[in-house]
Amino acid sequence: MKQKKTLEQAVHGLFLILGLVTVGCVLLITVYLIIAGIPAIREIGPVNFLFGQEWASTASEPKYGILPFVLTSVYGTAGAILLGVPIGFLTAVYLAKLARPRVKAVISGAVNLLAGIPSVVYGLVGMMVLVPGIRRLFQIPDGSSLFAAIIVLAIMILPSIVKVSLTALEAVPKEYEDASLALGATSIETYFRVSVPAARSGIAAAVVLGVGRAIGEAMAVMMVSGNVANMPSLFQSVRFLTTAVASEMSYSAGLQRQALFSVALVLFLFIMLINAALNFFLKRGKED
Amino acid sequence: MRKAMGVIMAASLMLTVLFGCGQADNTPASSGAGAVSGTVATDGSTSMEKVIGALGEQFMSDNSGINFTYNPTGSGSGITAVEEGRCDIGLSSRSLKDEEKAKGLTETVLALDGIAVIVHPDNPVSDLDLETVAKIYRGEIVNWSEVGGTDAEIVLIGREAGSGTRDGFESITQTADSCQYRQELTSTGDVITTVANNPGAIGYASLASVKDTVKPLSIGGTAPAEATVKDGSYAVQRPFVLVTKSDGQLSAAAQKFFDYATSDAANDIISKAGAVPAN
Repeated sequence: MKQKKTLEQAVHGLFLILGLVTVGCVLLITVYLIIAGIPAIREIGPVNFLFGQEWASTASEPKYGILPFVLTSVYGTAGAILLGVPIGFLTAVYLAKLARPRVKAVISGAVNLLAGIPSVVYGLVGMMVLVPGIRRLFQIPDGSSLFAAIIVLAIMILPSIVKVSLTALEAVPKEYEDASLALGATSIETYFRVSVPAARSGIAAAVVLGVGRAIGEAMAVMMVSGNVANMPSLFQSVRFLTTAVASEMSYSAGLQRQALFSVALVLFLFIMLINAALNFFLKRGKED
Repeated sequence: MRKAMGVIMAASLMLTVLFGCGQADNTPASSGAGAVSGTVATDGSTSMEKVIGALGEQFMSDNSGINFTYNPTGSGSGITAVEEGRCDIGLSSRSLKDEEKAKGLTETVLALDGIAVIVHPDNPVSDLDLETVAKIYRGEIVNWSEVGGTDAEIVLIGREAGSGTRDGFESITQTADSCQYRQELTSTGDVITTVANNPGAIGYASLASVKDTVKPLSIGGTAPAEATVKDGSYAVQRPFVLVTKSDGQLSAAAQKFFDYATSDAANDIISKAGAVPAN
């Protein structure tokens, strides 16, 4: 009896340690980023760093202003949400309520496949097809732009939006819909007036998840956005927070390198904010 | 309480296992010695990273007792480092100035770095002089029609800040900090692909990696090729230089590396790393 208890405790302890590994990683990354990111912000000055409009890290008089990156990341993400959410959300409604089982299986399979495609492949296709396409369609000298990045990001966030919204919609109790139908509402009215409002916290969570995915993406964006540190404009070459770190890190040194860590810290804060928002929506969903 | 004790014990056990393994792995590595042992410290140009890295790797696998180090600090600080005796061999991606030679430094050209200026194959322009290339990159010439091409805006493709090729190109054309890039890409391959996909694009890439999907421009009438880089007639090039003290004797290990790097045996590695061997 006593032996069994000891074994029980040992297993418990082991699992606790495994659980702590994750917590430890998060703590390690957070602490490291803060330690590595603060010095450059102090040296450059928080206002100059966050609101400076010019980034020229290797110039003879270097300038480290990350406002272009911050705004690009915000605009790019907003654009992707604007394009991706309606498509993803309506797909989820269709799959949850309207689609016949066989159609649903095919579309769900396609969505899952889309989620599994590595981001470098999105980037490659974007670079070879989308960028020249945009150049021809809009008659501009070069297609690498914020617009190209927005389209790639919108496609990349589709799977998470579809899947999470779908789960939320499927969790709506059937009684709600039956009641609505019994009162004489048409099925479309029922879906949009009853099911969707009932699933709204889950759908909000899907949007936030999409935001998180879009703002954190580096590889695909780097291949289609041109990477010049301009202030964002739809058909201009732009650089995101993620790509700012990724493109310069390999050869960087000194203050430039420290500043890149600071950029990563800013990105990290954005992600934290998004996570907090996600938790908020999920919690509210449970309380409803 | 007992639970907590169990956790701590298990944790310390795991840590012991982890670190114990690490040490066991580390010890035997330093024992195998070759004929010559010691260290070769190199310091300098970041642009030479690929060439010197490849040479160092091969050198170390040939001579197991010698430890080769490379400190990418930039040509200027590499030259200072040799002068102050902080490293064995300095690496510079420009020729030494006269005042640097006067301080007792000797240069040995290891390789030449040719940079091709590339455009889309359909572009009718096939020759520009260095000054025009500089004007294009500074944004003073913005349309291909100004240099005898079709009426299309010139799209400037370049490399990211810190790239050796960018540094080389900008220093040769004297456009440092003033290039009006439309795209800053992070690899030679990306530059070539992008230029190949855009009829209005102009880019630059290491000569060795240029493929036939793009058209290399001749500069002032000289087409870029290994031969024209070697005889100096192709303008967009710079030397990769080994800097040593004129009077000082290199250590046995450093001398061995110096001899190896300047021998014919190294030529293949240098070409693979994208430069033209000087010997």
